[in-house]
Amino acid sequence: MAAHDSSMPPAAPLVAPPAARRLRWLGDRTLAGLFVSPALALLLFLSVFPLLWALYLSFTNYSATRDAPAEWVGVGNYLDILTSGGVHERAITTLIYVVGAVGLQMVLGFTIAYLISRRTRGRGIMTTLFLVPMMLSPVVVGLFWKFMLDAQFGVVNSFLGTLGLGQVEWLTNQRLALLSVIIVDTWQWTPFIMLIALAGLTAVPRYLYEAASIDRASEWFRFRHITLPLVWPLLLIAVLFRAIEAFRLFDLVYILTQGGPGVSTETLSFHVYKVAFLGFDTGVASAYGILMVIVVILLAQLYLRYLDRLREA
Amino acid sequence: MALQVDDAVAGETPGHAHPGRRGVPRRAGAVRRWFEIALLAFLAVVMLFPVVWMLETSLKENRDVYAVPAKLLGFDVTFDHYKDVFIQRGGSGASDLATNFKNSVLVAGLSTALATLLGVPAAWAYSRFPIKMKKDQLFFILSTRFMPPVVVVIPIFLMYRDLGLIDTKLGLILIYTAFNLPFTIWMMKGFVDEVPGEYEDAAMLDGYSRLEAFFRVTLPLLVPGIAATAVFALIFSWNEFVLAIFLTSSESARTAPPAIAGLIGGTTIDWGLVAASAMVFAAPVLLFAFLVRKHLVAGVTLGAVRR
Repeated sequence: MAAHDSSMPPAAPLVAPPAARRLRWLGDRTLAGLFVSPALALLLFLSVFPLLWALYLSFTNYSATRDAPAEWVGVGNYLDILTSGGVHERAITTLIYVVGAVGLQMVLGFTIAYLISRRTRGRGIMTTLFLVPMMLSPVVVGLFWKFMLDAQFGVVNSFLGTLGLGQVEWLTNQRLALLSVIIVDTWQWTPFIMLIALAGLTAVPRYLYEAASIDRASEWFRFRHITLPLVWPLLLIAVLFRAIEAFRLFDLVYILTQGGPGVSTETLSFHVYKVAFLGFDTGVASAYGILMVIVVILLAQLYLRYLDRLREA
Repeated sequence: MALQVDDAVAGETPGHAHPGRRGVPRRAGAVRRWFEIALLAFLAVVMLFPVVWMLETSLKENRDVYAVPAKLLGFDVTFDHYKDVFIQRGGSGASDLATNFKNSVLVAGLSTALATLLGVPAAWAYSRFPIKMKKDQLFFILSTRFMPPVVVVIPIFLMYRDLGLIDTKLGLILIYTAFNLPFTIWMMKGFVDEVPGEYEDAAMLDGYSRLEAFFRVTLPLLVPGIAATAVFALIFSWNEFVLAIFLTSSESARTAPPAIAGLIGGTTIDWGLVAASAMVFAAPVLLFAFLVRKHLVAGVTLGAVRR
């Protein structure tokens, strides 16, 4: 804007504002360094340094409540974790949860997006309504559902009752608890997939459908060979993103079931919490955490690689 | 599903004269249309019911809250639960929850301001200058955001204990800033990329320094983007729960999410109060989300995916 103003009088000689001379020492490189380094410094201080500390602790038998100094135990903690049956059980629980929740979200989210994209009127309002669950805090979502799924006075069982069906112990039944957590997570995050799928669907050029229409392509053919290939890359990004988040899941479990009944809904994240903050076995918990971080880094690399490919395409 | 139904319906009236899409008989098209609308409406009801139910619960008398079968309609409306959220029961002072809400406003607000202050210049630098290993740096920044909070909180907890930051608002503000920074940088870089670098070049030809060109030319153009980014950062820190529950313990530092979660800790749960405080907590988020609805795709993917 300022540039525009000062170039208006055609004959006037260009006079550099004095500030430019004052700031001449501030070259591009210095400026870039000055602008980037505070942000990087904060991230190093609060993200990288803690992780390195956790890495150190993972090789010790340190406990946050004992005053004794940490003793080096080598890879002992890692061996214990990787050979423990309990950890395998939690890994499987986490896997079931991630695959179940993300799978359900993908199917439902894409269906809703597809249905919305076929409407011409009221798209905006419908999208906004569907997005409500996603913006809520997991705390709020967890509490909503804990109340609704309550075995005695929960509204879900009340509905089942009026339909003549029996009462279901959603959160306290060994078999159903994990399913309930999956349902709640699906409720909250289906809108996420829907939103991204919708972005992909509305970006499909109309002329492709018109050309297919002229060729008398069937509805299924159009879906399979036009819609899906064009939306798929974006959908994959969304799915990977959700998978990373689902893998880290803690808050919903904390509020809905506290890992119970038994350990049926204890995800890896929740188990780390129990080891670190209830057992105060900080060394083991750190080793645990480092292993989780490795998984997350692998998933994140995959995510970033696809993202890169999508951006270049 | 909708597809199969439509194909089945269309198949019942074969041999129609018109080809292609327009060849589907109008009646079959209408059936399909209504089926799709009905399915969409059903899904919308399922998605919105929990929110409506919580709103109803927050307005019900206690005896109606626990009524079996549940009362969907025809209950007496009361605002007592909302009063309990803010005012000490039986007394006249502010309730603990009111303090927690105040903390939440402070922590979310300040951490957002800090993240914006650090993130916007960094995003501009990443967008404009050839920085060494730029892509790697940007990917590294985003991947810090993917760390499982439960894992990060263990060393942070120990570190804060040594620094005296445990159970303080300052500690939360700092960690939330670090938590929002990757998002702010990625989201803002997208906005900066949209402003042509030539504007700055023109300003510099007129004698402005690079820094002035940024402040006088680019920054004013970035204001809408900064606003949208800040709103998302605000929502993220407002909703954050895991770090808050482990890094704070006293009412004076605790934010609203762990406090609301704490309401269900006792032997008897006052669900009316839980519902009311959840509604009070969620209302500003929904309002803010509505304001930035245009940027939602970029916002919820941490600025990674843009339309």
